Amino acid sequence: MAISRHKARLLLLGPAGLWYAALLVLPLAVVLVYSFGERAAAGGYAPAFTLAQYANLGSRWAAFKNTLVLAPAGTLAALLIAYPLAYFLAVRVNPKWRTALLVLVIVPFWTSILIRSYAWIYLLGGRGIPTLLADLGLGDWRLINTPFAVLVGIVYGYLPLMVFPVYVSLEKLDKRLLEAAADLGAPPWRSFLQVTLPLSLPGVATGSMLVFILLMGEYLIPQMLGGGKVFFVGNALVDLFLQSRNWAFGSAMSVTLVATMLVVVTLYMRFLKRIGAARDDIGVM
Amino acid sequence: MRIYATLVYLFLYLPIGIIALFSFSAGRSASQMQGVSVVWYGKALSNPFVIDALKTSASVALTSAVLASVFGTMAALALTGMKGRLRVLFDAMVYIAIMIPGIVIGIATLIALVTVFDSVNPWLEPLTGYRLSMGFASLTAAHVLFTMSLVIVIVRARIEAMDRSLIEASSDLGASPLATFWQVTLPLLFPAILAGFLLAFTFSFDDFIIAFFVAGSETTLPIYIFSSIRRGVTPEINAIGTMVMATSLLLLVLAQTMLRRAGTSKQ
Repeated sequence: MAISRHKARLLLLGPAGLWYAALLVLPLAVVLVYSFGERAAAGGYAPAFTLAQYANLGSRWAAFKNTLVLAPAGTLAALLIAYPLAYFLAVRVNPKWRTALLVLVIVPFWTSILIRSYAWIYLLGGRGIPTLLADLGLGDWRLINTPFAVLVGIVYGYLPLMVFPVYVSLEKLDKRLLEAAADLGAPPWRSFLQVTLPLSLPGVATGSMLVFILLMGEYLIPQMLGGGKVFFVGNALVDLFLQSRNWAFGSAMSVTLVATMLVVVTLYMRFLKRIGAARDDIGVM
Repeated sequence: MRIYATLVYLFLYLPIGIIALFSFSAGRSASQMQGVSVVWYGKALSNPFVIDALKTSASVALTSAVLASVFGTMAALALTGMKGRLRVLFDAMVYIAIMIPGIVIGIATLIALVTVFDSVNPWLEPLTGYRLSMGFASLTAAHVLFTMSLVIVIVRARIEAMDRSLIEASSDLGASPLATFWQVTLPLLFPAILAGFLLAFTFSFDDFIIAFFVAGSETTLPIYIFSSIRRGVTPEINAIGTMVMATSLLLLVLAQTMLRRAGTSKQ
């Protein structure tokens, strides 16, 4: 071979490196630079060096507030629903069916979130569940375009992502520990609280982090099920870039969003370390 | 416990099932089942806007999945056993590309490319009569960024789980590195690469948010569906949605089979 190992490596990395430079590093750098600029009179970007955009973030506080309330709330709701299912799959279910049931959980995650959210427009809309409730004499409910609808959409969309890491940590759990707890006279609820739950925390933390991060940048679910009334940062960003064309302010908002995510991830990583989580819990779906 | 699990599975599949069910309705009402027919599938497939959007989505997904699998596999091979700063840098890039929200990727790509195009076009256009604009290429390139990172992760996991002794045996028996690559390494990696390709295709085909920003004048199927939903819910969207879901499901089953064959199928 005429070329050295090192050169071959660089050649192989070439296209990927080019892609990361041109479509990841450059765009993110542009966003960072633009966030210190101003809005051009006709829309777009005008060069400047000012912190005005960041100072103005307060005017979009509602979007941040909604995101910072509904993203954790959605994460928690997904966790509460996912945990028992993950427990069932890891501990209770007949191993013969386990793989099939796991695949059934993960499949919806890889199909269009657009169409899955659309399904809930149907179910929560005027002629769906509200009609059913009214027919049953349970009163007049308006569900679509409420924070509740957005929460349902979130749980529906991200449940698979939560089930998986929790399942992995529960599945690894040494069953002899539970037997030991039982032998020592611990009732089932106690061995759950003092053995199972603490040992599954790494999976809980990983799943929560994944879901929370994705929710921070969510646009479709609040757009479709919140009807413009339940606004996330993502919705504000679409508005700023595609309607009012205020690139500088939108860039500042993007930078703030990513910075918030980084802070949360860092805090979470520290938390994971403290509870002695194994890094290999983080799987790719 | 079992009842609870059944309820969760119902929760996961009932909404999709309802869309699929209503897509076979014969009537105009999107919320009542009126007879059974495939009339809305016919309507959808004879709607030129739907066909155009489908063609765009399919060609973007195919192009980006091919590029992502080739470039991703190349990078995964190069990264194996590599140390030093370049390795750390690439790991960081892969991680960032996967973790940054799609909406931020879309925005960043949009403003960066528009800025570059605006500064290049004034001298490019008089010279060549051609001007750069957002469209097929920008959308494909943006999808490759994410899906290539996905392929790198999947293929690298396979390389790490691979039996090294086969490669050593091949070179011990006198095969050139290139022959070893074509006859041993690549066939062993192929199922993982194909799985990566299928996942990349599915991602690109289903993506809405990145395309929303960088598709320019192109309309992909998710963009078409999104703007149709804004105008109101119709059985035609149910039919299109059901077809899109069925396509993703088919590709997923294929990808899963490939991953299983590759022996890396834990997820």
